[in-house]
Amino acid sequence: MNVNVQFREEENILYGMIEGEIDTFTAPALREELEAITIKEKATVELDLSKVTFMDSTGLGVIIAFYKKVLRENANLKLVHLSARLTRLFEITGLSELMDIESTKKVEPANECI
Amino acid sequence: MSAFDYVEIRVPAKPQYVSVIRLTVSGLATRLGFLYDEIEDMKIAVSEAVTYVVQHAYNSVDEGEIVIGCALYANKIEIMVADYGDGFNFEEIKSKIGPYREDDNISSLREGGLGLYLMETLMDEVKVNNEGGVTVFMTKHVAREQVKKNVHKIPIT
Repeated sequence: MNVNVQFREEENILYGMIEGEIDTFTAPALREELEAITIKEKATVELDLSKVTFMDSTGLGVIIAFYKKVLRENANLKLVHLSARLTRLFEITGLSELMDIESTKKVEPANECI
Repeated sequence: MSAFDYVEIRVPAKPQYVSVIRLTVSGLATRLGFLYDEIEDMKIAVSEAVTYVVQHAYNSVDEGEIVIGCALYANKIEIMVADYGDGFNFEEIKSKIGPYREDDNISSLREGGLGLYLMETLMDEVKVNNEGGVTVFMTKHVAREQVKKNVHKIPIT
C-alpha cells in the first residue's frame, strides 16, 4: 500500500496526479509532498484523482490542506477525473460544494483493488 | 448453534495495519452478499474506526494492540474495534455500549475531522464508547430488498 504524487507544468497549468490509497498510513508522506510543491501566484492547478483507489477522512484532510495552500497563492485548484466512489465521498461531506470538482464519466472497475 | 459466525482479528496498533483490516472486513462482507458500493462504504467506515482507535488508544506508546471483532449474521454484519489487549467477549462488550451521546467524550473525534460523521453516514448504526478504553461498534444490513426497489441503481457487471 502506497501513494505517489507527480507534477508537471504545461502552459501555466500545473498538472498533478495522485496514485494509490490515501489513509492514515500513507497520508503523512503525501501531505509532505504536496506541501513542498511551489505554487505560483494565480496559477491553475489541476489534480487528477483517477488513480486514487481508496480515500477516507484522513485523505480528505490532505486534500483540504492542499486546497488551502493553493488558495493562499490566489491560485485555482481543480480536482479532476474522480471515480464515482470518490465523487460520493466529496458529496456526502459537502466538499463538492466548496471545491471545483470534475468527475469521470467512465467506470473503471480495473482501478479498484479488493 | 450460534446465530452468527464470529471472526476476531488482532493487530498491532500501527497505521500500516489499517489497510489490512479494511481489506479483511471487505472480504468478510463479500461473503455475506453485500453489494460493491456497500462494501466500499464499509471500507471507509472501518478505516475511520480503526484509525480512530489506533490514534486514541495508545498515545505515543508504540506497543499496543487493537482487536477487531466481526459478527457475521445472515443479513447483517456487526463490527467492533477496540483497544483491548486481551481480546474481548463480543456479546458482553456489545451489551455495555450505550447509544452515542454528544458529550465531552466524543469531542476528540469531532475535532479529528469527518471520521465519525462518515461512519454514521456510511453505516446503519454506530456507537462509540470511551470509558475504560476506546470502542467503536458499527452495524450494516444487507440491503437486498431495497436494491430491487431502487430501479435507478446502476448495476455493476
